[in-house]
Amino acid sequence: MTRSITRREFLKTSMIGAGLTIAAVMTPSGLRLLSAEEAKKETLRALDPLAWITITPDNIVTVTVNKSEMGQGVYTSLPMIVADELEADWKQVRIKSASAGDEYKDPVWKSQATGGSSSIRNMYEPLRKMAAAAREMLILAAARTWGVPVRDCAAFMGTVKHIKTGKALSYGALSTEASGLQVPQTPRLKTEKQLRYIGKAVPRVDGHEKSTGKAMFGIDTFVPDMLYASIARPQQYGSEVASFNKEAAEGVKGVRAVARIPSGIAVCAETIDAAWKGRNALNVKWQDPKYSDMDTASLEKEFAAKLNDRGITAKNEGDAKAALGQAAKRIEATYVLPYLAHATMEPMNCTASVKADQCDVWVPTQNQTGVHNLAVKISGLKPEQVHVHTTYLGGGFGRRFETDVVEEALRLSRAAGRPVKLLWTREEDMQNDFYRPATCTRIEGAVDEKGRAIAWSHKIVCPSIFSRVFPDRVKDGIDPAAVEGVQDMEYEIPNLYAEYVRIDLPVPVGFWRSVGSSHNAFTVESFVDELAHAAKKDPLEFRLGLLKNHPRARRVLETAAGKAGWGKPLKKGRAKGIAYHLSFGSYVAEVAEVSVNKKNGAIKVHRVVCAVDCGSVVNPEIVSAQMMGGITMGLSAALKEKMEFARGGVQSENFHNYDLLRMSETPKIETHIVTSGDKLGGIGEPGVPPIAPAVANAVFAATGARIRNLPMKPETVLAAMKKV
Amino acid sequence: MISLDINGKNYQADVGPEVPLLWVIRERLKLTGTKFGCGIGTCGSCTVHIDGKAQRSCQVPVGEAQGKKITTIEGLADTHPVIKAWIKEEVPQCGYCQSGQIMQAAALLAEDPRPSDEKIINAMDGNLCRCGTYPRIKLAIRTAVKEGRKP
Repeated sequence: MTRSITRREFLKTSMIGAGLTIAAVMTPSGLRLLSAEEAKKETLRALDPLAWITITPDNIVTVTVNKSEMGQGVYTSLPMIVADELEADWKQVRIKSASAGDEYKDPVWKSQATGGSSSIRNMYEPLRKMAAAAREMLILAAARTWGVPVRDCAAFMGTVKHIKTGKALSYGALSTEASGLQVPQTPRLKTEKQLRYIGKAVPRVDGHEKSTGKAMFGIDTFVPDMLYASIARPQQYGSEVASFNKEAAEGVKGVRAVARIPSGIAVCAETIDAAWKGRNALNVKWQDPKYSDMDTASLEKEFAAKLNDRGITAKNEGDAKAALGQAAKRIEATYVLPYLAHATMEPMNCTASVKADQCDVWVPTQNQTGVHNLAVKISGLKPEQVHVHTTYLGGGFGRRFETDVVEEALRLSRAAGRPVKLLWTREEDMQNDFYRPATCTRIEGAVDEKGRAIAWSHKIVCPSIFSRVFPDRVKDGIDPAAVEGVQDMEYEIPNLYAEYVRIDLPVPVGFWRSVGSSHNAFTVESFVDELAHAAKKDPLEFRLGLLKNHPRARRVLETAAGKAGWGKPLKKGRAKGIAYHLSFGSYVAEVAEVSVNKKNGAIKVHRVVCAVDCGSVVNPEIVSAQMMGGITMGLSAALKEKMEFARGGVQSENFHNYDLLRMSETPKIETHIVTSGDKLGGIGEPGVPPIAPAVANAVFAATGARIRNLPMKPETVLAAMKKV
Repeated sequence: MISLDINGKNYQADVGPEVPLLWVIRERLKLTGTKFGCGIGTCGSCTVHIDGKAQRSCQVPVGEAQGKKITTIEGLADTHPVIKAWIKEEVPQCGYCQSGQIMQAAALLAEDPRPSDEKIINAMDGNLCRCGTYPRIKLAIRTAVKEGRKP
């Protein structure tokens, strides 16, 4: 749209400077809006003004974004909300990345972090309220300047106009006058019809800098006097350092420090190549691995064995056991899913500077509050002496919610007494991840003589993410991620039972795009398909029959099916599969059209049609891009990805043995947005869950082979086809 | 001292000849548009042009790049048809792999201004994108082809 806003400007907004600032604090009764003067009294932290929106006499509107830009478009969509409600001209809007601090915490999460497909959902109303307050103040300032009634003035594209005479003043010209006014606490929001940008495909603000190599990611940080660091780490979980050659490393030209930290032995050097050379010279010997017999096969055995344990009841409606016992037709299936790596294209990295009176951290993070707390702890400084600088994220997907790399960089800067840029290699990144949990699930289900699903009994064995990350949210022993998409599934089945068996293993697990839905949608939507087959019904009709009271689910299913030509004849050898899933407040249905090479079992996905209902839409282009991205990442996992383990550690190392989906494997993807006008839903993650089951269901339709283990590698498909 | 011709400028770096070109470009010369992704030539994030050919700079010892013409993303003009097409089709999401994708695509179009779909896919298949922008990359390449045809 405009070149003028393509470059992010980190304006130093001063609270003392001229212009209008809208600041905000969260109070128990809700969001309280403040002027600059009030904000100054409110905060002791002069470097971290509470400012969210600043309008300066140069007619620039600066919007502070408290969420991380990791590709999902928040640097565009959040400022769009402000610009719209403020009635600013999009061309005058600049974006500032928020520093870490209490004032920029998400009002719902009470934490400054980006995840859970929640940025727009949580910030939409607060941002509109702040922007509306600023607009009302600007209008009042104009009315006073002209000595006319407020009702005769109107905001229009960055100006306030006097309706009768047509005279106008820019927001910049009014900003100083406006800054002296009382901030209205209950400003009137625009009506739906008055919205100018919300709902429009406003081009992303980061498109230019990301197409010219100018965008600055964490790895692109340079600070004066910095050292590079590299860490030698154990290859086996739980092993300890037996010995290492400190002198040899110190003898490498350019090496300045060798430090032992909890995760390994680190070398800090003047250049990255010296740091690597020094790390290799360490020749670290490790001892006492705790789980040396652990490998992929042993892990799978442990999951399978756990299926026989009694779990904790997560859902119990009706009497599933009795219904299963009496049913006309009863089926059972076991599904096995692997651990997955995040594999963000930008490997983990962090630059930290710990000094006597100040600490700075430059990091591509999804978790500013976590980084800030950690830096306060490790530096021993006061919160106001610690500054977190969020760069662009070269992918997040949940991995950058973790702060492990930040802790290392902080410790190393302390040890070396200089700023340290810590870069992980791809191998370190892949082998030191917090993986998407592997799972093993057994489902039993039944249909009655009329072909209606009457019972569903579900048992999932799954490691717990929440017990490590948010233990308070584990209620009655149930990890909410492990059962998401199961305990809240919308299918109207009268007898429904779900049980969770927690399994504790040395492999660390974490949030991976769409979290529990990434595995549970596969098992639930595959099994619904299996029930439809048992009932001799069309998979779409069968689903619609179970969703009579769920119009949003029905509508996305009908839309995706309709656009994909469900039920219409296909090219020879092709077949379609359908799946739907509700996650993060959004309904998504996907239809995959596939063919299977009968000789080698290779699946070709030709086309994916997606329908999404996320309530209302801020930017349809971004919604569409996120669906495309979610489908591609989900398909990558469905067809190719599986972490391998050997000798008590991680075996997969890099893209040669943990490959991602490539262009040649990517289908045509089309997304249809269903605007229900309902409550806002998230958009970063919900595209992922339905794709794996949609493909597996299509493979079943094509071959009669039911794939219950992921990934659907050719040999897995071939083995399943042989059983048919 | 290693001497390099990058984007038409001469650069000097005090570095061993075995150090991969990528690290010299990025961390010594601070041309940070070229990205590190895997270090083993499997992801394409570090793609640059060496004497006009797309190469993985993580696989080229800097000593071997001496005396050759190196182009990085910083060396492409903002008006380059591939960059224009990338912006128009809103390809980037996180954006990290896009320098490599653009350099790969630019080399392809320099070699064949009207590549078939198959040729596009073959040329781009070594470049990974975790955000899943492949469909838009394909679209942008076709757009750049169309723009290139205009007089």
